Amino acid sequence: MFDQILQFLLTGITVGSTYALVGLGFAIIYNASDVVNFSQGEFVMIGGMSAVALSAGDTGLPLWAAAIGAVLITMLVGMALQRFAIAPARGASVVTTIIITIGASIFLRGVALLVWGKDLFALPHFSGEEPIQIGNATILPQSLWVMGGAAALVMGAQYFFNHTTLGKAILACSCNKTAAHLVGINVGIMLLVAYGMSAALGAMAGILVAPITFSSYDTGVMLGLKGFSAAILGGMGNPMGAVAGGLLLGLIESLSAGLISSGYKDAIGFIILLLVLFFRPSGLFGKASVDRV
Amino acid sequence: MPSDALLQVEALTAHYGPIQALNGISLEVKPGELVAMVGANGAGKTTLLHTLSNVHKSSGGKVIFDGQEITRTAPHKIVQAGICHIPEGRQVFAPLSVEDNLLLGGFTQRKNKAWVEEELAKIYTLFPILKEKRRQAAGTLSGGQQQMLAMGRALLGRPKLLLLDEPSMGLAPLLVAEIFRVVRELNEKGVTILLVEQNAKAALGIADRGYVLETGRVVLSADADELLADEAVQKAYLGH
Ligand SMILES: Nc1ncnc2c1ncn2[C@@H]1O[C@H](COP(=O)(O)OP(=O)(O)OP(=O)(O)O)[C@@H](O)[C@H]1O
Ligand SMILES: [Mg+2]
Repeated sequence: MFDQILQFLLTGITVGSTYALVGLGFAIIYNASDVVNFSQGEFVMIGGMSAVALSAGDTGLPLWAAAIGAVLITMLVGMALQRFAIAPARGASVVTTIIITIGASIFLRGVALLVWGKDLFALPHFSGEEPIQIGNATILPQSLWVMGGAAALVMGAQYFFNHTTLGKAILACSCNKTAAHLVGINVGIMLLVAYGMSAALGAMAGILVAPITFSSYDTGVMLGLKGFSAAILGGMGNPMGAVAGGLLLGLIESLSAGLISSGYKDAIGFIILLLVLFFRPSGLFGKASVDRV
Repeated sequence: MPSDALLQVEALTAHYGPIQALNGISLEVKPGELVAMVGANGAGKTTLLHTLSNVHKSSGGKVIFDGQEITRTAPHKIVQAGICHIPEGRQVFAPLSVEDNLLLGGFTQRKNKAWVEEELAKIYTLFPILKEKRRQAAGTLSGGQQQMLAMGRALLGRPKLLLLDEPSMGLAPLLVAEIFRVVRELNEKGVTILLVEQNAKAALGIADRGYVLETGRVVLSADADELLADEAVQKAYLGH
């Protein structure tokens, strides 16, 4: 029994790490611009799919180069989204921007369907497929890549927002756009940077999991929803809350799949989300909403 | 038209949708001056400053700063050119620390670390309370302290011209006196200031020259002493 639980925990943390990265992407964009970007899942899909495309075949790039290329492509998509879809709607209501990002996600999925069809793709594992034994549980080396990669990215983001001028300038844009203009911050550029970063995080999540979960044009849908759940579970606008929310959601799903039934895992995840929102509307780690006036 | 003014505004107009808030404002501020623009609630003072910083777009007229036309210059470039704006209601970055707020004020000077550090030290000497609370979130400060923070933040932008919007708003009389003393002191140290205020007495009391604004129009302009002595001004703004 204990071994089984250990196995569920390992799986949960792996899956949760992906949710955490997607959730972090939601939080970054929300923090910079008060927009809930429902294309976040598509960034994950584009990252994974482009890495596969760039590395495929005899003429393909080595994995590391394909990964860098895929991240850059996704960043461009993210910045184009900001520039051509979000920026023109400046001053629009929250609902309008949500509809715009949902529209963008449908568009991106459509483009992916045209380019890659409905096939499933996988990247090669980064360092072999030989499972590693931990007690009586096993873990794929790729899962360690996912956890380690996610941890590094989360710490990087944390450092960026707490210790760099650029990171703080992005936060300043979100808490008071006029004041940000008045201290000489180029608000437009900061929003582009935020979307680019968010897209890069999504892409890296997509690349890290592509060897284990396979990618297809519509992998972004469920991941986007999960990342969104992670972000609101942790308290929208609290990046580290989103990370914790992602890990928690991954663990809940994996434990309910193992101990109850895998058919219910998504439902149980969403039920817990609804309960949290009912009892703590600002999320588990959300600050009271007065902080964001 | 050549001019020795640091800031020259010609027939500036601004709208909110169909409503005209500025009806052709002309004014000038010479280097080293402290100019007060006084006017009642809704006269258009904030709109004027917002239009100068171009966070609100003008609908006509011209703004010339330091010999360059800046009427349509992007807001961040206006700050780079040397106009720093202390907005109405302080507008501090509430969740960020006091020190982060100040450092963001120095955003345009960030390449010049030595200068920023020196200026930061000066601001902490000017407002010791900010040093004491430098790790606290700016949103937890009192109104007076937030006003000091907003002023410090603007000074870190290395202003040639400081735009100051109603610093007395919501402050107790003692604090108002303190803030105005600092404004005067900054001006004496060489910062050129355009101060807009409802509190005409306090503003004209420290200013060299003054303008009176009514419904988006300049109706009077004279030396501050003359305005203080003017009967119409006394009636309308000084409660005599
Ligand atoms: N965002 C806005 N939308 C529509 N009208 C506005 C807006 N802001 C200001 N106004 C109008 O423009 C006019 C000038 O307002 P403004 O805020 O510039 O006045 P003010 O002199 O700064 O007043 P106060 O002393 O109250 O700060 C007012 O009639 C006001 O109602
Ligand atoms: Mg005003």
